[in-house]
Amino acid sequence: MFSALLAMGAIAITLGAVLGFAAIRFRVEGNPLVDKIDAVLPQTQCGQCGYPGCKPYATAIAEGTADINLCPPGGEEGIHKLADLLGTEFKPFGGSTVPKPKSVALIDESTCIGCTLCIQACPVDAIVGAAKQMHTVIAAECTGCELCVPPCPVDCISMVPIMETTSNWKWKYPVYAMTPSTPS
Amino acid sequence: MRKLYTFHGGVHPDTCKAQSNGRPIAKAKLPSKLVIPLRQHVGHGARVVVEVGEHVKKGQIIGQAEGHVSSSVHASTSGTIAAIDMQPVAHPSGLPELCVTLIPDGLDEWVTLEPLEDWRGIPHSDLRHRLRNAGVVGLGGAVFPSDMKLYAHKHKIRTLVLNGAECEPYITCDDLLMRERAEEILMGAELMRELLHADEVLIGIEDNKPEAIAAMQNAASKHSSMEAIAVPTIYPGGGAKQLIRVLTGIEVAAGVRSTDLGVQCFNVGTAYSAWRAIRFGEPLISRIVTVTGNVASPQNFEALIGTPIAELIAEAGQLPGTTGIIMGGPMMGVLLPSDKAGVIKATNCLIAASDALFPPPKPVLPCIRCTRCAEVCPAELQPQDLYWFARAKNLAKAEDYHLFDCIECGACSYVCPSNIPLVQYYRFAKSEIWAQQAGQKAADAARERHEFRESRLEREKREKAEKLAAKEKAAAKGASPPVTDKQNAEPVDEMQRKIQAAIDQAKAQAATVKPRNTEQLTPQQMAEIAEIEARRARIREIAQASTDAQPRE
Repeated sequence: MFSALLAMGAIAITLGAVLGFAAIRFRVEGNPLVDKIDAVLPQTQCGQCGYPGCKPYATAIAEGTADINLCPPGGEEGIHKLADLLGTEFKPFGGSTVPKPKSVALIDESTCIGCTLCIQACPVDAIVGAAKQMHTVIAAECTGCELCVPPCPVDCISMVPIMETTSNWKWKYPVYAMTPSTPS
Repeated sequence: MRKLYTFHGGVHPDTCKAQSNGRPIAKAKLPSKLVIPLRQHVGHGARVVVEVGEHVKKGQIIGQAEGHVSSSVHASTSGTIAAIDMQPVAHPSGLPELCVTLIPDGLDEWVTLEPLEDWRGIPHSDLRHRLRNAGVVGLGGAVFPSDMKLYAHKHKIRTLVLNGAECEPYITCDDLLMRERAEEILMGAELMRELLHADEVLIGIEDNKPEAIAAMQNAASKHSSMEAIAVPTIYPGGGAKQLIRVLTGIEVAAGVRSTDLGVQCFNVGTAYSAWRAIRFGEPLISRIVTVTGNVASPQNFEALIGTPIAELIAEAGQLPGTTGIIMGGPMMGVLLPSDKAGVIKATNCLIAASDALFPPPKPVLPCIRCTRCAEVCPAELQPQDLYWFARAKNLAKAEDYHLFDCIECGACSYVCPSNIPLVQYYRFAKSEIWAQQAGQKAADAARERHEFRESRLEREKREKAEKLAAKEKAAAKGASPPVTDKQNAEPVDEMQRKIQAAIDQAKAQAATVKPRNTEQLTPQQMAEIAEIEARRARIREIAQASTDAQPRE
């Protein structure tokens, strides 16, 4: 009886020690869910969700303080992905949030006065230029977040929708008439 | 007799080759204009190096290869550059691409070429460079720059497979090329074998082309370790993986390159063009195009790249009732939205479609899961499941079922009793997945850049604060204590901090530098100062009086 208690006690202490060690050794810093949500978000860093970037929005979703339908650049597809990830119901965009066609910023280089305000606003460093020098957008790096548009004092930045080219063209979903069912 | 292997599935569509293979290759007339796209191949488009109005000679580079995977583009004949602009190209989308429009001057005058009498002494890197500059790309359909495939791989390449199977119905361009130019094809094969350090060359030709087989076997007998082999006619026996399987028995698994298994594959037309490029310095400015279908005299033309498709079809005599132009074969080809576009390096066949030849598709019925598609699939996929997933836009699942092993041969659609356009679904799903992957890649890049920017801003802030602290320390050391109380008040933001720093610095300077002219003065100077002070006091009094008298409102 006593030996059995001892044995059980010893096992409990050993397992407890192992668990305790594992908890410290394999401790995960931060919330792994935030990274998973962040991976689904489109990373435009546009702040249209009301949070100052994709990561803060992901954190807010993980904490349960933000809805999943606040990201227009992600589109409905993004909401579907978030719903799948979080095991919640799909929620359509509310009211005024409408996804826009993907675009990139374009600086009218003859109007640009070289004030660097847009460079400071760009969340992904996609604008090159220096004080009193012409600025330009690296189109390949531009996420189309529109954050550079309001600070420009001479309104020389416009958003240009990305055109369909032979390299980004997609085969369309097949559409055809189904057979009229033969009356029996 | 060599042992041949078989691949799974396959179908036997009516070959329809007899219409066009009875006539020799004709040289197409010089067209009224040439529309040459700068991106005819996989990878980066060529960079245009000519200007509008410039006169170019035949074979002159008009687009220089740029980037890792790229190939040069040349003027197909001598003439004047009329335009460099966006034009619709031979692509199923009908979207425009940057094209050079060339108006021929009729002289067909060559640029000075650099022929090579003997290429054997030339370093392989030079030969590859020549191929790249000559714009040699795969002519079997994939249009991959050939120089990229012609190097000694990590794995020893044992076998070079030359693909002359030409399994698609209607197409006879490789057939005619092999019949008429077998010697040169094999010269090209020899060159390729050398570049690959391969041991043997196997030329696979479907047994419905006896003349081509005879010509190639005759030519191959003059080369050691080359063999032209008749393979059974079964569609899609001309697929690279399928032909490799038939000739060598090697099964190229999903996600594995044939080069990892010691086999490299080229089209016979590519071998011919590579030979012309190396031996004679001739860039790839023309190719053999089968013009067939609803035309008066179906035949093969050697057409200049850029020849408007409508003009080439007209040369074969387009018959009334033509409903559209198919580029490629009826199984894998695409319906071109416009016949204004120019012939590109991938254009192996142009079929004038008519309702008699290609009746309108029968009504689509629901899938009955008969699995006939699975029986004929040469990639051993489950097309009925892929169809299901693609239809439901369940792309992840489609990928799990190896959608990307599908070669879009169309055998499944061909046998489908419900007439379902299966390949269309697979193409849709593939391009959708590619778009998603591109989006994900862009998002990852954006995340990385954003995080880098955040950390950079953080670092800059820290560095500024450190700098400021160091300055303050230095100032405090050199000067007397007067400003300490102000320093303790935390500046609210960057600007205030800067202003504060400037004020502090000025004060510190003022404290260290003492005005020298206020000490040890002579009595005369003291008297002068007193006088000045008295004058200032008087002026102040007068000023005070006047402001009091006229108070400003």
